[in-house]
Amino acid sequence: MASTILRMENITKLFPGVKALDNVNIDVVEGEIHAIVGENGAGKSTLMNVLSGIYPFGSYTGNVFYQDELCAFRNIKDSENRGIAIIHQELALVPSLSIAENMYLGNERSTAGVINWDLTNQQAAKYMKIVGLNENPRTLIKDIGMGKQQLVEIAKALTKDVKLLILDEPTSSLNENDVKKLLDLLIEFKHEHGITSIIISHKLNEIEYCADRITIIRDGRSIETLDKNVDQITEPRIIKGMVGREMTNRFPPREHTVKGDVAFEIRSWTVYHPQYGDKKVVDNVSLNIHHGEVVGVAGLIGAGRTELAMSVFGRSYGQKITGTLLIDGKPVRLGNVPQAIQHGLAYVTEDRKGNGLVTSNSIKHNVTLSRIEFVSKRGVIDKDLESIRAREQKETLDIKAPTVEQIVGNLSGGNQQKVLLGKWIFAKPDILIMDEPTRGVDVGAKYEIYQIINQLASEGKAILMISSELPELLGMCDRVYVMNESKLIAEFSREDATQEAIMGCILQASKGEISA
Amino acid sequence: MNKVLTIVKKNMKQYTMMLALLVIVIMFQILTGGKLLFPMNVYNVINQNAYIVILAIGMLLCIIGSGSIDLSVGSVVGLVGACAGTFIMKWNWDPYLSILLCMGIGILVGFWQGFWIAYVKIPAFIVTLSGMLVFRGATLVILQGGKAIPVFPDAFKQFFVGTMPEFIGVWEIAGMKIYLTCLLLGILIAAAYCVIQVLSNQSKKRKGYEYASTGALITRLVIISTIVVWFFTILARYKGIPAVLIVLGVIAAAYTFITQKTVLGRHIYAMGGNAKAARLSGVNTERLMFFSYVNMGFLCAIAGMVFAARLDSATPMAGDGFELDAIGACFIGGASAYGGIGAVSGSVIGALIMGILNNGMNILGIDSNLQKLVKGLVLLAAVAFDVLSQGHVALPWFLRFGKNKPEATLHASAGGAQGRVTLRKGKN
Repeated sequence: MASTILRMENITKLFPGVKALDNVNIDVVEGEIHAIVGENGAGKSTLMNVLSGIYPFGSYTGNVFYQDELCAFRNIKDSENRGIAIIHQELALVPSLSIAENMYLGNERSTAGVINWDLTNQQAAKYMKIVGLNENPRTLIKDIGMGKQQLVEIAKALTKDVKLLILDEPTSSLNENDVKKLLDLLIEFKHEHGITSIIISHKLNEIEYCADRITIIRDGRSIETLDKNVDQITEPRIIKGMVGREMTNRFPPREHTVKGDVAFEIRSWTVYHPQYGDKKVVDNVSLNIHHGEVVGVAGLIGAGRTELAMSVFGRSYGQKITGTLLIDGKPVRLGNVPQAIQHGLAYVTEDRKGNGLVTSNSIKHNVTLSRIEFVSKRGVIDKDLESIRAREQKETLDIKAPTVEQIVGNLSGGNQQKVLLGKWIFAKPDILIMDEPTRGVDVGAKYEIYQIINQLASEGKAILMISSELPELLGMCDRVYVMNESKLIAEFSREDATQEAIMGCILQASKGEISA
Repeated sequence: MNKVLTIVKKNMKQYTMMLALLVIVIMFQILTGGKLLFPMNVYNVINQNAYIVILAIGMLLCIIGSGSIDLSVGSVVGLVGACAGTFIMKWNWDPYLSILLCMGIGILVGFWQGFWIAYVKIPAFIVTLSGMLVFRGATLVILQGGKAIPVFPDAFKQFFVGTMPEFIGVWEIAGMKIYLTCLLLGILIAAAYCVIQVLSNQSKKRKGYEYASTGALITRLVIISTIVVWFFTILARYKGIPAVLIVLGVIAAAYTFITQKTVLGRHIYAMGGNAKAARLSGVNTERLMFFSYVNMGFLCAIAGMVFAARLDSATPMAGDGFELDAIGACFIGGASAYGGIGAVSGSVIGALIMGILNNGMNILGIDSNLQKLVKGLVLLAAVAFDVLSQGHVALPWFLRFGKNKPEATLHASAGGAQGRVTLRKGKN
């Protein structure tokens, strides 16, 4: 029987007014993959911050034992020295530096302050090989994709002789291929290098795939720990623990029969890259959405889906855009974002912190930002009306915050996503383009977001849903388009759409067997 | 007990800078043996600092909108002064027309810099650094190699350094003169404030919005009215209301309104907080950026005329170094160097803190070289205090007292910038 590498006992962490962690207990056995699951705001990330010293010893109560020693980490450096590495949801890489530079940032291969670049690149290449990253160590981070960036983070952790690797939502921005690779990598680490991993994830199928044991956290309390060898680990079983109730259906039911006229249509839509003018990012795409219909767009990351959405939304991406855009059958030209909003379009971005929310502002200000004219007269804001409208969104969407004055940056990911949705619902659009609407959101909140989407569809709104999670598209959409390498390659009806069919279609297209 | 403490703490944070101002006033009042709040001195402090307050308000919009600063304001102040001198004294143009023309020049300067910053997207630091040289050069050229043009006519000066005329009369009591118009105006402002507050509270109650309790409302009204009336009483004992105070009052009120109540203001905050998100919400960020620099130019023109009127001449080095005072005032007043955070009231208080430091030290006869040193340290101290009081900073070991104070690192991950939001948004 392997020994316990980490034991956290009765951890309690208070924030002003909130008990983020309430007597949490967790045991991690050496050489296992231990998953921590829980709803948004359940306290998973807080727990990991306690472990890694981001919340220093003394700012919480309870004990952390690592390799049978009581730990008093004052900062990340302390925990790193003991071989604990944490990889956050938002990657902490410097885009303008190379892979190798990033891997050895703060830990440079140097003598007397002078960096040995040959050694740096050589060693970086060694660790990159372990994680299966096939790039030149001198390549800049900004030139590689999200999936590869994640691998760089892991390679970076390896350079520090890591014994306990903590990954906070490592797969939330990866496509299915990269996710599989990453999880296999963790399993390989376990077997070949004896590295223990803690993985925090919302994606239960992934946890089912790789985890040996699962600890469920709910409302700041550790509820139970499931063991692969003892308990039956299935998605419904985990979900039950997380939400405290049996969730038989992951997708709320909806009538799929009623369809209105075509609300939105694009014909031969072509967009070029904003910097590289001869690179097509969207190539001759035609699609339509009916009133009351939810239409999915499947595809790998980089297929051109976000680029399509943003170029449609007031030409906020790309250059040399050609093609026709029709709203309710009439051709319109949406030259900028205000025009798009005026014509009833809304774009719920995939990147809520970067492109969606002003995180330093309150919920209220974020909700009203895109249609502030609804709560103002002649350029003057009616603040009381604004509060009321914001409170309405907060209540309908069940945003968990004390008041609408709460600063958005202090909310959990799921609640931020709801604020983002609320902002665009407030804008009263007819056509909603939702780009990864449930990214980084837990199961319970996902279900709520699906309900909101269904509600919007039943009101006759046309919804275009871009998602990298196939089950989500299959569970929600009336039709699914498939994009690959900037082209639209297939369209599936609800009946024909299966994960196998869609993935097969993408893989074949990548090989060049289907041409659009 | 704990509850009371947290309430006190919360409000303390909201009014930190106001308290700092109060402490500085009381300190100098004691050190100078009561000279600081002599009616004549208060009158002078207003006249001496008006242009910095005006510049700070303009600077604030640039800082909120994008975290960028305008280094050229001092030179533009000089340029506008030189133009005013040339128009009025050299070419004998009508003073009123000249005032309008000077405002136009300020706006043109704003157009020029705003164009390069907002549309060509050259960093503001570079454009305004260039502007600093260009407009100082232009000032020297206009003044023909830097010869000052002395003495402005009263028609020009009345708006900027004059005193509001006395309409009612002067009341003599125990050897003290009281200018009644000034006193009355003070009482009227206080009364108007009370009436507006009571009415708006009632309308909120009626419409079912959140409203203040009667006790809280009365406390607030009493405190504010007392301060207003007390302040005007001081002025009433000297000459009455300085004209520039009216200019200042109008500008401060207008910009408070713009930043807090209008769509324009909201968009500026949103742009500073997250420009990409603002753009995808339909905010025209280029136009806003352009506007904030045009606006800065306009306010520079006003400040330039105030300063020229106060010196009573157009001098070549007028306004030299003002940009730093204006920027300092904004940061003392709680604006974030990253954009998105700040308030007009904060900048005004920041400028007053700087002004009273200057004035107090002058009265005490402190060496002017030493004064600069003190001001620099105060700027750093004000912002450092603000940041440290948020508790987001892990000090290096040699500055840490005691072992790992938990409260000092309470919400370390919330991020310093966000922590400051709660502090400064108290007004909304």
